[in-house]
Amino acid sequence: MTVYLVRRILQALLVVLAMSLIVFIGVYAIGDPVEILISPDADQIERERAVQALGLDLPLWQQYAVFLTKALQGDLGRSFVYNEPALKLILQRMPATMELAFGATILALIIGLPLGLYAGLRPDGRFSRMIMAGSILGFSLPTFWVGLMLIMVFAVYLGWLPSTGRGETGTLLGMQWSFLTWDGLRHMAMPAINLSLFKISLVIRLTRAGVRETMLMDYVKFARAKGLSPARVTFVHVFKNILIPVVTVVGLELGSTIAFSVVTESVFAWPGMGKLIIDSINVLDRPVIVAYLMLIVLMFIAINLIVDLTYSMLDPRVRLESKGT
Amino acid sequence: MTAPTLEVRDLQTHFFTRAGVVKAVDGVSFSVGRGKVMGLVGESGSGKSVTGFSIIGLVDPPGRIAGGSILFQGRDLAKLSEEEMRDLRGNRIAMIFQDPMMTLNPVLRIDTQMIETVQAHKKVSHEEARQRARDTLGMVGIPSPDERLKAYPHQFSGGMRQRVAIAIALLHEPQLIVADEPTTALDVTIQGQILAEVQKLCATTGTSMIWITHDLSVVAGLADDIAVMYAGRIVEKGAVGEVLDKPLHPYTHGLIGSVPSRNKRGEALRQIPGMTPSLLNLPQGCAFRARCPRASEACLAEPIMAEIVPGRDVRCIHPHLEAPEAA
Ligand SMILES: Nc1ncnc2c1ncn2[C@@H]1O[C@H](COP(=O)(O)OP(=O)(O)OP(=O)(O)O)[C@@H](O)[C@H]1O
Ligand code: SF4
Ligand SMILES: [Mg+2]
Repeated sequence: MTVYLVRRILQALLVVLAMSLIVFIGVYAIGDPVEILISPDADQIERERAVQALGLDLPLWQQYAVFLTKALQGDLGRSFVYNEPALKLILQRMPATMELAFGATILALIIGLPLGLYAGLRPDGRFSRMIMAGSILGFSLPTFWVGLMLIMVFAVYLGWLPSTGRGETGTLLGMQWSFLTWDGLRHMAMPAINLSLFKISLVIRLTRAGVRETMLMDYVKFARAKGLSPARVTFVHVFKNILIPVVTVVGLELGSTIAFSVVTESVFAWPGMGKLIIDSINVLDRPVIVAYLMLIVLMFIAINLIVDLTYSMLDPRVRLESKGT
Repeated sequence: MTAPTLEVRDLQTHFFTRAGVVKAVDGVSFSVGRGKVMGLVGESGSGKSVTGFSIIGLVDPPGRIAGGSILFQGRDLAKLSEEEMRDLRGNRIAMIFQDPMMTLNPVLRIDTQMIETVQAHKKVSHEEARQRARDTLGMVGIPSPDERLKAYPHQFSGGMRQRVAIAIALLHEPQLIVADEPTTALDVTIQGQILAEVQKLCATTGTSMIWITHDLSVVAGLADDIAVMYAGRIVEKGAVGEVLDKPLHPYTHGLIGSVPSRNKRGEALRQIPGMTPSLLNLPQGCAFRARCPRASEACLAEPIMAEIVPGRDVRCIHPHLEAPEAA
């Protein structure tokens, strides 16, 4: 098990290194921040001084070397705009995005699992057909449009829920969280639903497909032949098996949810990482962009690792194999 | 004579599909006495499994029992509610499936799968259920059952898994076990060991058994009676020795080989030229007609099951009644 972990972590480091290079070159190719950062009235000398101060006069490979050395010391550069460490800026916004993504994932499981289970057990029922039709909508309606509709209905028309910001926050582990206060939760409701729509559909479809497939397995028939109650067959024998693919996919989706919460955060003016990165791209705040992308890469790797570990906990067959290596 | 444990009368199990009604079991009758083993043989698709699932009440939709009765200790299973049936399943009537790799749930430990079966039918503590599970595992020849209880199915070989499945079937000492080709997927030595043990267990507990198989050697060694199925019907039945030695129906004859002799016992079923007819549109008259070497005009009328020779029921217009050809 430890050998397995060490190997996975070494692999992860290589991926991070490769990604840092790609990200760095990519961002360099986007455009020259000097045009945006320095006022057009500045004279040649002022300009050169600024360029030098930012280290933008060095050739690309030297800039990369400087970046890498500093990155290894935990310094991902300072934002050109805010003149603060890029990492700090991002980490400040991280709880907002995290709670949104986790909220959306939990919603997706709470709503998606029962609906998918029902649709899988009664594939021909009218309610099942409605669920499946709904899941197609969830897949195909654009997030920003649904977000705007939610605001129209629940904020503007009915006036039930606030439409912008995080509301009141509480402190936990030195970070600010909206889910700790009632007002914060009310602020979170719409963006979380908006972000979870796609995932609910995904969970419904996965669960339904899993149930239908599992119900045909011999071991389910054998469980019934043992005289077990339908509830026991469904919730122990079938459910435990479909949890494996659902946990895997939902876990892996968590990364994309965090990365793509950009749209939802913009629509609801949710002050998370997504909003920060959009603003930073607009002004070509290179260090922030690079730091954000690096962080996302790290997060994807960490999530993959956690999913693999959870997966092996759920599936005894995998558990044994990883012990052997 | 005491009443048989199981008496199936004119069982009809049909699948109501979009393409039409599939009469997978169409008028099957047989009985199994206490402590007796009945071998149910026939080609693939002849309706053996559907017969077994009808008895235990697990026919998958769109199938259902459309007629007939299944008398088990005097009660008609075909008329019981799902609740009453669930009470019997795994308790008074147990089933063993063909593929031991597929019958145990891969994500649940053996103890979970055994204890839940005990507790489904008996109000006993977890610990008592566990002891029962352990004792039964020991009974079917699993070494160090205490440890093995904590294992997952994938940690067992195929033969061991089938023993576990058999142990699960035996947990409540059922009066009837329906075994659907339980040894087909195993290699010959393991098969032999399991057969010997099952036979011993049946003899000591008085459990009756329906043993579904393709393998005549298994039937010859294990069963008391035999019923041969073709296209959803039983075409011949009788005591195992007599049917194997002197098959009366052309289909049975073909299965065993044209020359009946003692040496032929212990062989797998022969391939008979031709295909099983589609159950959706069976030919007029005898369903075996297209493949039967003895078929005649008369076979256009449907043959009925009749006791031609004492103790021998056959569904054929021209049975092999003449003396066996030179052997
Ligand atoms: N779910 C179903 N829907 C429609 N028809 C079915 C269904 N299950 C079984 N049948 C029909 O019942 C017939 C008998 O099937 P059964 O499984 O009993 O055969 P079998 O004798 O057990 O064959 P094998 O030796 O291959 O196990 C099949 O030919 C098939 O046409
Ligand atoms: S009834 Fe006729 S066709 Fe059918 S098995 Fe007998 S001889 Fe053959
Ligand atoms: Mg079968």
